[in-house]
Amino acid sequence: MELPAPADLLPPLLGGVWVTVRLTVGGAALAAVAALAGGLGRVADNAAVRAAATAYVEVFRGTSALVQLFWFYFALPLLGVELGAMTAGILVLGLNTGSYGAEVVRGAIRAVPRGQYEAAAALSFSRRQTMWRVVLPQAALAMVPPLGNLLIELLKNTALVSMITLHDLTFRAQLLRSETLRTVEIFGLVLVLYFLLAQALALGTRGLERRLALGRDYGGLR
Amino acid sequence: MTFDWRFAWEILPELLRALVVTLQATGLGMALALALGLVWAVLRRSRRRLVALPATGLVEFVRSTPLLVQIYFLFYVAPSLGLSASPLVSGVFALGLHYSAYTAEVYRAGIEGVPKGQWEAAIALNLGRWRTWRAIVLPQAIPPVIPALGNYLVAMFKDTPMLAAITVLELLQTAKLIGAETFRYLEPLTLVGAIFLAVSLLAARLVRRLETLSERPA
Repeated sequence: MELPAPADLLPPLLGGVWVTVRLTVGGAALAAVAALAGGLGRVADNAAVRAAATAYVEVFRGTSALVQLFWFYFALPLLGVELGAMTAGILVLGLNTGSYGAEVVRGAIRAVPRGQYEAAAALSFSRRQTMWRVVLPQAALAMVPPLGNLLIELLKNTALVSMITLHDLTFRAQLLRSETLRTVEIFGLVLVLYFLLAQALALGTRGLERRLALGRDYGGLR
Repeated sequence: MTFDWRFAWEILPELLRALVVTLQATGLGMALALALGLVWAVLRRSRRRLVALPATGLVEFVRSTPLLVQIYFLFYVAPSLGLSASPLVSGVFALGLHYSAYTAEVYRAGIEGVPKGQWEAAIALNLGRWRTWRAIVLPQAIPPVIPALGNYLVAMFKDTPMLAAITVLELLQTAKLIGAETFRYLEPLTLVGAIFLAVSLLAARLVRRLETLSERPA
């Protein structure tokens, strides 16, 4: 069955969408862990932990995502660590986005009023209880919109893995271009596909924000 | 294989020359982003929906699609429109267009921060639309958002390696070529990372200084 142009280009591209989605999900999972660890690390009491978290954030925010990707894929094997393209992709996307996320987490934690800590101390909560039961649930709501933006940045950055030969949406577009030379249609379609994926993420983020804001009379949606 | 310091020292001058190309692309791209972003921000405030809606849609679309795909798009499509642009020119144009979507949002925040009374005063003084924007609104809207614009300058700098995809001889592409010639990727790629880190830390410090300057009342 032949689909009318430009829809006939869709089937070969959809396999690439699947790779892009897997990269986004894997990267986001790693980024969430890295952001929480980095953010908590930057407000930790222990100076060594603080220094390690700061070094992580500065290095990954200060160098370019594409340079990191090349380093992990081309330079690291020379030091004896061999990574597959998919692993390198998820690792770099996750750690890169996580370093920006760590700053979001840190900002949200610092925005929780002092009185909350004092109240927790008055109720003789331990440090861990204060953080997990009092501070983080309040900070979570403030984190959602900026983390949602970062998620879209992550999705956009997945296109970079096409440069280390992963067959994502962008890579398939390149292949298809060299086969058919229908450049405008192909890249136009690819841009629309990315746009739709980004809109889906934005919709999900807004839904989550509304859910977290349920029953709260402060912060959140204003 | 271990890190060879002598080899690293040897290739450093070549990489620093490539840094100049990277900085040029950033500078030109940012100039374009600053100009185009302002156009989108002003168009979005138009009372005519036929003007405001397409501008809003364009900003939203450009912002939520990958820069790399936009770079390819402009690079491959330009010739079919009869424009023969060098990779660097296409790349600068893509960078500028992409970041104009971000600067448009920044300008918008600045414009919304101008009190309504300023617009009303301009009407009361019978100033035309052009003069209201140029002499009243923008001089008040732009200075407070300069630090935010500076952050996007740093972000754009870190996105320039994507131009390697269309063979612009910037830092990453140069490192790749050195790697292909010498079969040593470790040193060039590590140096490129270090150069990016050094420049963006320096730039971030400058932006922070701008922030404290702009917080001080005139």
